[in-house]
Amino acid sequence: MSTTLLQMRGIVKTFPGVRALDGVDLEVRTGEVHCLLGQNGAGKSTLIKVLAGAQRPDEGTIEWCGDKVSLRGPAAAMKLGIATIYQELDLVDGLSVAENIFLGHEPTTVGFARRTEMRGNARRLLERLGHGEIDPAQEVGELSSASKQLVSMARALSLDARLIVMDEPSAVLAHDEISGLFRVIEELTRQGIAIVYISHRLDEIREIGDRITVLKDGRTVAEDLPAASTATDRVVSLMTGRSMVSAFPERKSGSAPENQNELLRVADLSRTGEFEDISFTVRGGEIVGIAGLVGSGRSEILQTVYGARKPRTGEVELEGKRLPPGNVRAAVRAGMGLAPEERKSQALVPYESIAHNVSLAALGRYARLGWVNRPGEQAAAEEVTTALRLQPSDTKQPVRVLSGGNQQKAVVARWLLTDCRVLLLDEPTRGVDVGAKAEIYALVRELADSGVGVLLVSSEIPEVLGLSDRVLVLREGRIVRESPADEIDEAEVLDLFIEGSAA
Amino acid sequence: MTEQSQTDTVPASESRSATAEAPRTRIARGRFSDGNQRQILGLLAVLGILIAVGSFTTDNFFEVSNLVLLLSQASIIGVLSIGMTFVIISGGIDLSVGAIIALASVWATTGATQEFGLWGMLFTAVVVAGVCGLINGVLIAYGGLVSLIVTIAGLASYRGMATLISGGQPQVVRVDGFGAIATTEFLGIPLLVYMFATTVVLGWLLLNRTTFGRHVFAVGGNAEAARLAGIDVRRTRTIVFVLSGLCCAIAAIMLTARTATGASTHGNLYELDAIAAVILGGTLLSGGRGTLIGSILGVVVFTTVNNIFVLNNLSTPIQQIAKGVIIVIAVLLQRRANKESAG
Ligand SMILES: Nc1ncnc2c1ncn2[C@@H]1O[C@H](COP(=O)(O)OP(=O)(O)OP(=O)(O)O)[C@@H](O)[C@H]1O
Ligand SMILES: [Mg+2]
Repeated sequence: MSTTLLQMRGIVKTFPGVRALDGVDLEVRTGEVHCLLGQNGAGKSTLIKVLAGAQRPDEGTIEWCGDKVSLRGPAAAMKLGIATIYQELDLVDGLSVAENIFLGHEPTTVGFARRTEMRGNARRLLERLGHGEIDPAQEVGELSSASKQLVSMARALSLDARLIVMDEPSAVLAHDEISGLFRVIEELTRQGIAIVYISHRLDEIREIGDRITVLKDGRTVAEDLPAASTATDRVVSLMTGRSMVSAFPERKSGSAPENQNELLRVADLSRTGEFEDISFTVRGGEIVGIAGLVGSGRSEILQTVYGARKPRTGEVELEGKRLPPGNVRAAVRAGMGLAPEERKSQALVPYESIAHNVSLAALGRYARLGWVNRPGEQAAAEEVTTALRLQPSDTKQPVRVLSGGNQQKAVVARWLLTDCRVLLLDEPTRGVDVGAKAEIYALVRELADSGVGVLLVSSEIPEVLGLSDRVLVLREGRIVRESPADEIDEAEVLDLFIEGSAA
Repeated sequence: MTEQSQTDTVPASESRSATAEAPRTRIARGRFSDGNQRQILGLLAVLGILIAVGSFTTDNFFEVSNLVLLLSQASIIGVLSIGMTFVIISGGIDLSVGAIIALASVWATTGATQEFGLWGMLFTAVVVAGVCGLINGVLIAYGGLVSLIVTIAGLASYRGMATLISGGQPQVVRVDGFGAIATTEFLGIPLLVYMFATTVVLGWLLLNRTTFGRHVFAVGGNAEAARLAGIDVRRTRTIVFVLSGLCCAIAAIMLTARTATGASTHGNLYELDAIAAVILGGTLLSGGRGTLIGSILGVVVFTTVNNIFVLNNLSTPIQQIAKGVIIVIAVLLQRRANKESAG
């Protein structure tokens, strides 16, 4: 249908002690959406870093429009027309939208940036993406994840990119924002721009993708698969070497949770501009899911319950005892835990080892009088990371070199180690591959079965519905529906979201 | 990260053969502490070179008396660098240590304090320096002020207080037991060195074997993550500055005993020596990463340089230039080591 734009052959990249890429081939054609699939740690992000010129391959060739090229740095890749939107967004928070879009190639007059022109151009690019509402003068740090991503995309357009690489763009987006992203992608491909799209959500691949390349353990194991017609089972077994596992664990039969006593009671919680009059309870052994769009206040609710934010009104009770508002330590002491949404900024200590990161919140359990029992700590960390199939298995590695999905596993693992009574999970499976998702679900269910109350927030509606016992649907900071999970389906939840925007 | 590729000097063929048998599994050399270990090996190498230079250029470098002298010279800055390591790993900086030494030494040697004898003087030094550290810590952790600013203010005001109390005059130590701290020896090694060694061991255990030490790394590496993990970030920050204060107390006692005076000029610019040693030892100024052993080696390297220069009768300005050069080279090496293991 179209010509080959990019051909990578036999790419090898080693890091001290790890062979991240071990002979990868990738062929991308103009105007296609090329999906790159693989388990966590398969080498996807490393491959696109090579393509972006951010990492130099040890071996292999790269052909661009039929010519052999060597990408000596990010600038060289950009010059060819390769733009990359990284898994961990890499915008400068303190700069404005326009400054970020043109960072490194500002229109200048003798060294001075022409700011008005820059803002005008930025606005035009954002409009081309269908998001003229983003103000070019605004500081990027104040934007939502979705808007930040659009800024990255505008940046790619400003570079006249012919190939845009997107590393798990949908992981930080809500349902409606993903459709927005897909519209943008379709528009871009119509203009002949090729997209390399990485995601762990196979339904997205089917919807937007043209062809699939599958990586496993740093090697290309399948190329040129048609995205629309390849069976999911086939893709999963190529990625994992196993056949598809059933995703969600069984709920405990009958009405077991109802017999349990209330662990968490939240009453009339409000925060100005974020959410109003939130009341709900979580029983021991119960998983309560919150479904809501980004911006509906779901993460804010979790953080307020946890004491990381102070409510305007309302109270939180744990096992009948009222928690002081805005006090994380009190919440933790009372037996609460929160796995936060943003792994990089809110959860991980980059230079510390996997083991130290995983044990951080539970360190008291492995210490006596402040003295850490290191073998005990190590063993516990290894047990939980093995259960989650966290790679690499050597828990002395610094968490900073892990792939995105493996970092996420470390965040979840941290809270599985604590003996908390109530666990708040904010997007626990963001960026995690299909196989490992099932492991996380099983562990969360196991935890609930042992009497822990779980409050779950996720952008993936099937995850909320599949894992929870009871679901709260949130719209614009209010609970609009509470229902047992098996009495509500995805379409209904989506209707509830949309009703709000129609009203 | 983006320049990582340019400094990657390992030839492709070599790295391939290293992993050929066991693709994608860790090989023994790639341990977590690799970066730290490399740093420490680097410092040991530098030290080895210095020792070689010392023994070639002078006759008496290896004399026991010189080595003992070297160690006792390293003791005071060494003790300071221990507290400084905690502060810097936690993401802060303490510029007030020299001034705290001055204040503690002056306060411990006033006529009134000396009436209480040896233990009264020791107690005073510990309390004064500890309280100074506490004030720093509380202002930083609970007042939300930047440590650089708070400790610059401390640098000025603690030394000002020391001058005020002493009237600008050195105060002679008249308590015999106190002077003995500097002169007592066991097995030919001065008490000062034992004090230093004890502080090192205690500091190392605190940093590497306790929950508090873990919290220091977490707070410096990602304070928000530490807070959300239920760690008392403010308390951790405060304690770190108190520890630095207590190290100042020990240093003040050592210095006062050695000079047999308490003076408001004591400890001038010691903060820079301590910080330089910590950075040379591989602790990141931005926090979250570092080793105590590195800091100690840093101190020993600087002291050895001084020692060699003195033995060779080279002037102070040349010493200072050499120190500057060593710092720059070390930080350059450090950056390289980080890049090699970075993503
Ligand atoms: N700087 C680095 N140093 C050492 N190892 C690294 C480094 N960067 C990546 N790796 C390793 O390389 C492998 C591939 O990582 P990569 O980030 O490419 O995976 P990925 O396919 O993007 O996974 P995910 O789906 O989780 O994002 C992992 O095992 C990772 O630990
Ligand atoms: Mg990745």
